[in-house]
Amino acid sequence: MKKKTHMGIHVIMIITSILFVLPFLIIVGSSFQSQNDLISNGYRIIPKEATLASYKAILASPDSLVRSYIITIFTSAVSVVLGTVMSSSCAFVMTRKDYKYRNVLTFIMFVPMLLNGGMVASYINITQFLGLKNSILVLILPGLVSSWYILLMKGFFSSIPYEIIESAKIDGANEFEIFGRIVIPLSKPAVATIALFYLLASWNEWYNSMLYIDDPKLVKLQYLMMRIQSSIEFLNSAEALQYGAVQAGQEVPQAGARMAMCLLAVGPMLVIFPFFQKYFVQGLTVGSVKG
Amino acid sequence: MNGVKRKKRFAGDFLKSWQLTALALPAVTFMIIFNYVPYFGFILPFKNYRYDLGFFKSPWVGFKNFEYLFSGQDVLKATRNTVLYNVIFIIMGLIFAIAFAIMLFQLGRRAVKTYQTIFFIPYFISWVVASFALSGFLDVEYGIINNILGKLGMEPVLWYSDPKYWPVILVVAKIWKDMGYNVIIFYTELMSIDTTYYEAADLDGANGLQKLKYITLPCLKRIVVLLLIMNIGKMFSGDFGMFYNLPLNSSLLYSTTDVLDTYVYRALINLGDIGMSSAATMYQSVVGFVLVVISNGIVKKLDDENAVF
Repeated sequence: MKKKTHMGIHVIMIITSILFVLPFLIIVGSSFQSQNDLISNGYRIIPKEATLASYKAILASPDSLVRSYIITIFTSAVSVVLGTVMSSSCAFVMTRKDYKYRNVLTFIMFVPMLLNGGMVASYINITQFLGLKNSILVLILPGLVSSWYILLMKGFFSSIPYEIIESAKIDGANEFEIFGRIVIPLSKPAVATIALFYLLASWNEWYNSMLYIDDPKLVKLQYLMMRIQSSIEFLNSAEALQYGAVQAGQEVPQAGARMAMCLLAVGPMLVIFPFFQKYFVQGLTVGSVKG
Repeated sequence: MNGVKRKKRFAGDFLKSWQLTALALPAVTFMIIFNYVPYFGFILPFKNYRYDLGFFKSPWVGFKNFEYLFSGQDVLKATRNTVLYNVIFIIMGLIFAIAFAIMLFQLGRRAVKTYQTIFFIPYFISWVVASFALSGFLDVEYGIINNILGKLGMEPVLWYSDPKYWPVILVVAKIWKDMGYNVIIFYTELMSIDTTYYEAADLDGANGLQKLKYITLPCLKRIVVLLLIMNIGKMFSGDFGMFYNLPLNSSLLYSTTDVLDTYVYRALINLGDIGMSSAATMYQSVVGFVLVVISNGIVKKLDDENAVF
């Protein structure tokens, strides 16, 4: 009896799992279809006529893809480093019960969680006051400090006994040393968690690009995808020429090439991130239940 | 003697706070520049903002922008969509997450891990990529669904032009994206249930259904209530990424896909109407704030530990 119900559960789980990965299989499958196959059969998970034509067309002139990769890697790396350092140092100060301005600091960091000035004011702030339109800085700076990450980090740091900090102080360590040499090494999993959240957010970021970037040289991968999605005949469009995705007069499977481009752009991260699932889960369970 | 000591301690205090302040300062600076400066957004709707005059010199217009905003149907539709979608997302999300968490709970550690990993994959995907996958299903010419319909001798459906299908599509997409995350929360909660409850129930001869009804579900009540209430605070904000990317920003679908966030975006970027968009965004912020305060108040009453402030 018991075994039977478990079989039933496994069947449900396996079917659901297949449904969950189906969308990815479509992207993979159709990126290998030939133009003929696409026209007569539409998108397929298993191509009837497999070819590398889509990939060849894109990789023949990979400039825009390579440039987007460089921009994405660079901005993500800087965001991860700066964001992790700033969030964790701020969270460290917030856990210090002996810090005089602790309440003021906590207040400053949390008000934006409840109330925001709205996207119109942000837009005017960034374009008019800060003059960051079409600057690479706009791909790094706006998301760098988030109340949510700080709250998460604060939760992790609060588990470090104050006695450790106190004894380090008695030994003559200053606050920078306590933070850098004691607190951070003690919270390696927490730091990894927060760094991965920054990496994921920055890698998947397209919103700021969409609002503030017109310059084809500064297009991040996700935004490149968006532009491809919205141009109907991607590889023959003026846009594709402008972004250097293809040379004029090339004949390739349009729809397949889009999917191939999508896969080339996100594939690597799709493979890498699930390996770090443990850290995300850690962050989620702390973050969700603790507010 | 005493005075010197006090002086020394004051100096020490100052030095100590100076170092801690320095550690917090970068984050505070960023917060002020990117989150506090935009609070002028609460004044913006009362002005007729002009790029050439700047914020301070632009003329005041009173409530005109709000009158204009609420004179149209669009903002009300967007509000309705935002709230309704959020309600459906919360309820469906909870049902699926609880059902799958309970099912997983019956299985062995290894199997749970495998399934959880698969369910969690969509969490790492942006809505941009998801929109590619969705077009793989729904594309009018090449999409798998129309292809199957064609083989069955049925007419193709114009998915990206007919708004009536989108509530279902969006709910399915949301479940796909978030289920992995929610299942983990509930599975963790199930793991924390005292196993002696189940042992006692077994001794009393309870069957699986009875155990589910009298032990498992009551133990989940706390977290369900908590998540429900916390979501009240988010009721007024739509997931811009999803509502913008999945329907490919198709204007034919606005009646069922437009939420406040996409509405504000279009008013600002496509229409360039700062007055109306700033009024809309302020309306959203203020109602959102009230909802957060209410939900937090309720959480605090039920369970002080989980209150945000």
